[in-house]
Amino acid sequence: MGRRILFITTDQQRFDSLGCNGGTIARTPNIDALASHGINYTRAHPQNVVCMPSRSTMITGQHVATHGVWMNGVPLPDDASSIAATLRTAGYKTALIGKAHFEPVVDPFGRFVENKVAASGDETAFHVMPDGSRVPHRGFDHLEFATHSPAASLHYSAWIRENHPEALGMFLPNLDMDLEVNSKGGGDTNAPQVHHNPINKEWYHTDWVADRTINWLDSLSTDDDWFCWMSFPDPHHPWDPPQSELGRVNWRDLDLPAGYIADSARREEVLRNKPAHWMGWYDGSFVSNYEAPAKWIPATLTADQVREVNAMTHIENELIDEAIGRVLTAIRARGWQDDVDIVFTTDHGEMQGEFGFLFKGPYHVDGLMRLPLIWKPANSAHVAPSVVDAPVGLVSLAATFAAIAGLPTPEYVEAPSLPVSNDDARSRGFERVLTEWDSVLFDKVVRSRTIHRDGFTCTTMGRGTLHDGTEGELYDHRNDPLQQVNLWDDPSHQSLKSDLLSDLRDNLPRTVMPLRTCDAPV
Amino acid sequence: MGTVRREQHIECSPATTWDFIGDPARLHEWFPLTDCRVDGKKRWVTTSTGLTFEEDIVLLDHELRRFQYTIVNNPLVTGHLGTLDVMDDGHGHTLAVYSTTMKPDVLALVIGGAAGVGLKKAKSILEGTV
Repeated sequence: MGRRILFITTDQQRFDSLGCNGGTIARTPNIDALASHGINYTRAHPQNVVCMPSRSTMITGQHVATHGVWMNGVPLPDDASSIAATLRTAGYKTALIGKAHFEPVVDPFGRFVENKVAASGDETAFHVMPDGSRVPHRGFDHLEFATHSPAASLHYSAWIRENHPEALGMFLPNLDMDLEVNSKGGGDTNAPQVHHNPINKEWYHTDWVADRTINWLDSLSTDDDWFCWMSFPDPHHPWDPPQSELGRVNWRDLDLPAGYIADSARREEVLRNKPAHWMGWYDGSFVSNYEAPAKWIPATLTADQVREVNAMTHIENELIDEAIGRVLTAIRARGWQDDVDIVFTTDHGEMQGEFGFLFKGPYHVDGLMRLPLIWKPANSAHVAPSVVDAPVGLVSLAATFAAIAGLPTPEYVEAPSLPVSNDDARSRGFERVLTEWDSVLFDKVVRSRTIHRDGFTCTTMGRGTLHDGTEGELYDHRNDPLQQVNLWDDPSHQSLKSDLLSDLRDNLPRTVMPLRTCDAPV
Repeated sequence: MGTVRREQHIECSPATTWDFIGDPARLHEWFPLTDCRVDGKKRWVTTSTGLTFEEDIVLLDHELRRFQYTIVNNPLVTGHLGTLDVMDDGHGHTLAVYSTTMKPDVLALVIGGAAGVGLKKAKSILEGTV
């Protein structure tokens, strides 16, 4: 009997959304307690700021350059390395419940396992290996999938169809009739992707993910070792929490977030000092990627819309925290409380009003890159609580899970296990964290590479539709925590910039070529 | 309009390749489909998710080894032209090229993805590895 692992992820959650990280709106006592009794990482970055590449990094322990899921729509190969498979081989029972998204969601040809397993009625899907053995998909014994609405062929959709068919039309469709991310507005302010959802709270996917997790845990023997990835689809848009919960946060009471520049002239001045794709998105002339509504122009975003989107997000985060609380109670009821490691994080952040934007894209600033990451080691491990401000990445998760299980670091991972203190981080060389972006949406190409080190974030733009390869961004987080002053061309920072770029080149793995094809928009 | 192209080299003569993938009624043998039916200048294809696409055959040129079709009577698809070319690679083998241009733009990615796996399967079948 070893240490069990509960891996909790959300989708598109900001660092500052949690009470333990300075958030003052959403009440998140369960996550805050994990932080106060565990290790809270205050500078954790994803290796890509959209779902599929980031989640592929979590499961493989590899940078995007290596696992090859370079943008949404590029499927992670079925035989890719998987920490779940490694744990299963070591005797762990394994489950992934909630949002997976290693494979495209838009799948009319029914090519991908994630979209087929629910209809199969099987607990997981198996692949036949060359030696004739059968291995479960990505190493998970148990798969139950959900996404942001029931409009897909996943388990949550089937559950809604079977038990609450009246709820099928209650959600805001994430895609419109052109299969673009929906720009439709709603709520009180006509904000994009805000919707008053009449669904019962108990039927909403957040509660469903927790219910199904508890159900799977209940199916295990007390002596089983287990790895459970509980993956909430929220607070990713559409922002449509159950209407019954809207009283939790009144958007009219909210202050505007610090990163929102209310004066449009000042906002546009800041954007003009950044590479051209920033202003191109702002004025609607260059929507480079699929992750934001193509028909929505950020320059039209109003202060009240920012408030309402933020309120909806805070509500969704409260619901997640309460769902986590129920799962932790179930774990205690099984007597596992001293032997479970809990890791909480998200795949990427959300702009939520910064610089006048919502959603995400090729914008390597804290809104999208600085993530909540908390590791509450099992009590039996006797690890002292700490706050780690050294830069770390989600690329370290796979090695961390292996270490918890007492396994050697798998050969396929590219980063060591997470440090348990700042001293540990210093002694093991946690100095930098790297993030990549590549997107090709027909004739619009954006490429960038980013390093965060010594309190600076430095991004170099590769050749693309709007960039000739000489542009970039350099931010000093100590003096400019909101990243509004781009020091890329500042003469006094050229030596530092050169050093950071050299460090980036030295540490980022070479991209595996040829690039795999993008087989869907998302 | 969104446009994508997938290419596949096949160790097989263009004539043999064309006999197989140039036959509009045999699409389901290599493309990720469950059914394919041809009636004159019309074709209906069905995916494993149960979707059926009605298509007009625009061109079937055995000399040029080019096949073109368009999806019709579909409320989602407002523009489409798919083209399959089978060419000699200069060494007696095949270069097969599948291109599609489409509105909604993003559906081109999905068709392109299916074409990519389809061409790989055609290669396996023609090269005798399946």
